[in-house]
Amino acid sequence: MAQPILEVRGIRKRFFATQALDGVTISLAPGSVHAVVGENGAGKSTLMNVIGGVYEPDEGDIILEGTKVSFRSPSDALGRGIGFVHQEIALCQHISVAENIFMPALNRPGFVDFQDIYKETKRLLADFEGHAHIDPRQKVRELGVSQQQVIEIVKALSVNCKVIIFDEPTAALTESETEVLFRIIGTLKAKGIGILYISHRLAEIYRIADTVTILRDGNLIETNAVSALDQVALVNRMVGRDLTDIYPAKAAPGTIGDAILTVKGLACKGVFKDVSFTLKQGEILGFAGLVGSGRTETARTICGLMRRTGGTVSLGGKELHIRDYRDAIREGIVYLTENRALEGLFLDLSISKNISVMDLGKVAKLSLIQAKAENGLAQRYVGEMLIKIASVGQKVNSLSGGNQQKVLISKLLSVAPKVIIMDEPTRGIDIGAKAQIYHLLRRLASEGIGVIMISSELPEVIGVCDRVAVMYEGSVCGVLEGGGVNERSIVQMACLSSEEQENHGRGVA
Amino acid sequence: MRKGKAADVESIADPQSPAIKRVFRKPGSFREGTTILVIIGLSIMMGILSPYFLTSANFRTMFMSFAINGMVVIAMTLALISGGIDLGVGSVMALVGVVVGTLFLNFHMNIWLASLVGLLLGLVIGTINGLFITKIGLSPFITTLGMMQVARGIANVVSQGMPLPLQSMPVEFKFIGRGIIGSTGIPFVIVLFLVVAVAFDFLSRRSTIIRKIYYVGSNEKAARFSGIDVNKVRMGVYMLVGVLAAFAGILSIARFNSATNTLAETVNMDAISAAVIGGASLNGGEGTIFGAVLGIALLALIQTSLNLLDVGPYWQSLVTGLVLLLAVSIDFLSHRKAR
Repeated sequence: MAQPILEVRGIRKRFFATQALDGVTISLAPGSVHAVVGENGAGKSTLMNVIGGVYEPDEGDIILEGTKVSFRSPSDALGRGIGFVHQEIALCQHISVAENIFMPALNRPGFVDFQDIYKETKRLLADFEGHAHIDPRQKVRELGVSQQQVIEIVKALSVNCKVIIFDEPTAALTESETEVLFRIIGTLKAKGIGILYISHRLAEIYRIADTVTILRDGNLIETNAVSALDQVALVNRMVGRDLTDIYPAKAAPGTIGDAILTVKGLACKGVFKDVSFTLKQGEILGFAGLVGSGRTETARTICGLMRRTGGTVSLGGKELHIRDYRDAIREGIVYLTENRALEGLFLDLSISKNISVMDLGKVAKLSLIQAKAENGLAQRYVGEMLIKIASVGQKVNSLSGGNQQKVLISKLLSVAPKVIIMDEPTRGIDIGAKAQIYHLLRRLASEGIGVIMISSELPEVIGVCDRVAVMYEGSVCGVLEGGGVNERSIVQMACLSSEEQENHGRGVA
Repeated sequence: MRKGKAADVESIADPQSPAIKRVFRKPGSFREGTTILVIIGLSIMMGILSPYFLTSANFRTMFMSFAINGMVVIAMTLALISGGIDLGVGSVMALVGVVVGTLFLNFHMNIWLASLVGLLLGLVIGTINGLFITKIGLSPFITTLGMMQVARGIANVVSQGMPLPLQSMPVEFKFIGRGIIGSTGIPFVIVLFLVVAVAFDFLSRRSTIIRKIYYVGSNEKAARFSGIDVNKVRMGVYMLVGVLAAFAGILSIARFNSATNTLAETVNMDAISAAVIGGASLNGGEGTIFGAVLGIALLALIQTSLNLLDVGPYWQSLVTGLVLLLAVSIDFLSHRKAR
């Protein structure tokens, strides 16, 4: 093996009582993709932040091309050739593509030759298939999510990075955009750049990584060639126990009852046109389709969060006239947003206050909130959902992604819904918490609550749902059930014409 | 001073809020506790430095100086909690004072009736602010910046820059601004302020309606996705702010026996400073009425101290500014360390 481009040795980092990293050593070969996996809280982000210059390690060395280095800041790390593509886009939305890319260079006194940086931007973009047409003068906010991500990558390349860290780069991408990203990563590999890659999606790791390092509770568990570990072994090492039944059993035949929710010809002008389906008691109905096919918008229109311009929604045979979300909640239809931090949680408020928000009357007398009742309500869900917390008065932003998601689900359950629509319920959470949420969905369904799960991750759609409605360009193009719920049929339906998809595949982050 | 604090402290000693427990268990780590410690420390120091400080006359002056502006501080705190701001409160005070004074003086309207009109005017201004913010979608800063100048402008036009002499107001009306309760020596306006402050502090911790202001300020989208009518809440906030500012304007004319178009020109910034010293955030979702009242008390205390120590009035703004920067920096640094 060639000399590693980057090595970290014996990195330790402590945050108060938590040992986030406890002697982690990894070695990155040039021209290879090294995946780092682990549950939330395993130390992946801390490790990447140490390498990217965000945190200084308490102990341990970083060796870049054989020389020991220490970074004082992210720009210091970038200057030495370590680029960091964050999960969240970190570009300045109001300035041009070229200015964003050359921000490190522009960040010093003097004059700027704009013609020069426009030309240089064009040259760098030319390497990226399908993105060469981006105008360097265009403002970043006018670009789609995947294009912005390309800009982030180009920005790292503009300073001749030797190492690029990708932190969950596909979280906001459609399937076709993900393909483009993988081809770009292939190009980077060919240039001899070392890539560190974090993802919760194991399928991606098998697709593009050469080596994988497993972290758990800040400890290095194993580093191995990807080909040497099968998926089951990988998951077991990540969670530290056998996780044989990630997915609960499907509904037994005969347990599925009558229709609870019937949607006919639902339309939202300019977004989707003709959505019809029924949700039956006792089942979990999946919604598959590409990002941008109208799944999220359908859910939001049913709940009155977007304006319905046509069609009907009936609950238990009675037609509903929902004008806003409050009407939907009153009827017993609730929606779990795909965007937990932006639209779901009050991050600076306590767990209790987050759970009670949808029906304060439940914990109040004469419009005065009773602390005991409010905390009791939270306590009940903390116990039921196995939320790991110190106290219900704790702020939600101190929790891990999985526990935050459970708080959000508790909030919805607190109003005793009849139908619950979950949009990407396991996005960005670790596999242990995912499994718990799958089992929860099944329990809710068996208790008679109608459950709809929108998901872009096919394995979970196939593993969890009894029936799957597939959306394509703003309408339900088919419903699969039984043996028909498999990857091939879903993909076939979801991508009727793939060329068209390229044009319509806009992100709905 | 001590009496006043005891009343405030009782106000939060309800089972809902652990605030009182936190204040006394770990005073240094808690914003309101820190402010209380600074107030106590400064009072002890002043007690030693100035023989006049610990007299009841001094305390009366000090309390009266912030009792009226305190109403505006309460209003501002609610606006900040909602994630907004209202820069027009001082102008509304002046406008309402001038309008009520004009109705009384030139139109011979009963002063109580005129005051009712004044409160309605505050409500109308708040409603207009709310409509601009929720229907047109302007930012609260811009909307109320405009309203600040419009209201002040109307006050200028109506008064033509002349103070309205209102000595002829009935004595019962003057009582609400400058009266002393029986033989206790306690000014009525202080009691009035404390009652309003205690009520709002209690409601801000307990009432479902004010809780919604916190939700909206903490995360507007999440509030919408929790079935809260965000626009209704914001509308309500600005209407309430308008009424409270109008109320402060009416108290002002009762206290000063006159109405001027230049009243309360610095009250906006004082109110924001007080709320922020007391723990409110300009990002919304944070802040308490109790903290904000402590904030305005601290500012009044500093002002009194500077007067007693014969530091010229020109220094006051400088000191107030430094205290604000210091308070917010300490809070910010302690939060950052905790992360």
